[in-house]
Amino acid sequence: MLDPRGPRFAAALTTVVVLLALTFSSGWLMLAQAVVFGLTAFSVRLGPYGLLYRWLVAPRLSPPADLEPAAPVRFAQTVGLVFATVSAIGYFTGLPVLGIVAASFALAAAFLNAAFGLCLGCEVYLAYRRLVGRPLTARVPASR
Amino acid sequence: MGLTGLFAGAAVLVAALGFGLFHRSRAGKLVAARVVFDFASLGVRPGRVTLLQFSSAFCAPCRAVRVRCASLASSSDVDHVEVDAESHLDAVRSLNVWKTPTLFIIDASGNVAGRIQGVPTLEQLRSAIGVVHA
Repeated sequence: MLDPRGPRFAAALTTVVVLLALTFSSGWLMLAQAVVFGLTAFSVRLGPYGLLYRWLVAPRLSPPADLEPAAPVRFAQTVGLVFATVSAIGYFTGLPVLGIVAASFALAAAFLNAAFGLCLGCEVYLAYRRLVGRPLTARVPASR
Repeated sequence: MGLTGLFAGAAVLVAALGFGLFHRSRAGKLVAARVVFDFASLGVRPGRVTLLQFSSAFCAPCRAVRVRCASLASSSDVDHVEVDAESHLDAVRSLNVWKTPTLFIIDASGNVAGRIQGVPTLEQLRSAIGVVHA
């Protein structure tokens, strides 16, 4: 279980990093962001932005009023990992349009999460399942 | 590419801001819905006012809705039924559910009194139930 303000803080940092990557057409920044996504998807506790939040921000705030589960965050970070990786590949292989488009999706998702707490997975996951009719291969909570 | 990336980023932020504001303005509000559906197949008890919640696995707000509905159900005369949307795709299609969490307010005769997208406040939930009881 997580302090929900941690992922919001991480999303704000992600927004800034991706915006910088877009501004400077930087494959290296997108690659760094992809590593951050990957680490956080692997274990939310290992997420670099989450560590920053726990070390620098959380001690200055009151304890969280409620906690949120880690699974949705890991899912979102996995989706972010895909977009950031595609974007980095685009920049590195001389396909800057691919880099820009993929980074734009990551930017929209991160900004919506940071500014509104909006869960893009909640918006699109069921629509995906309706249209495709097939489950995503992913880890789901066993207690259902 | 020069400024293309910066322009793309700015355009994405403006579009996302618009979407976010629109989304926030609709969240938690009771919307009229006219559907005929056999809710008993989803575990809704006849003769009971029911909050029927569609959730999905990677949905943090679904948890918030669950907590709120459960607390309301324990303190008043309504049922809370939560179903996993992706294992009930037929119901999801019939009821035109596209996102989670989606909440249906069902009256004692099994008719839909309305639906709520996103996380309603306890106040919004109470007034939605008030519509049914009135």
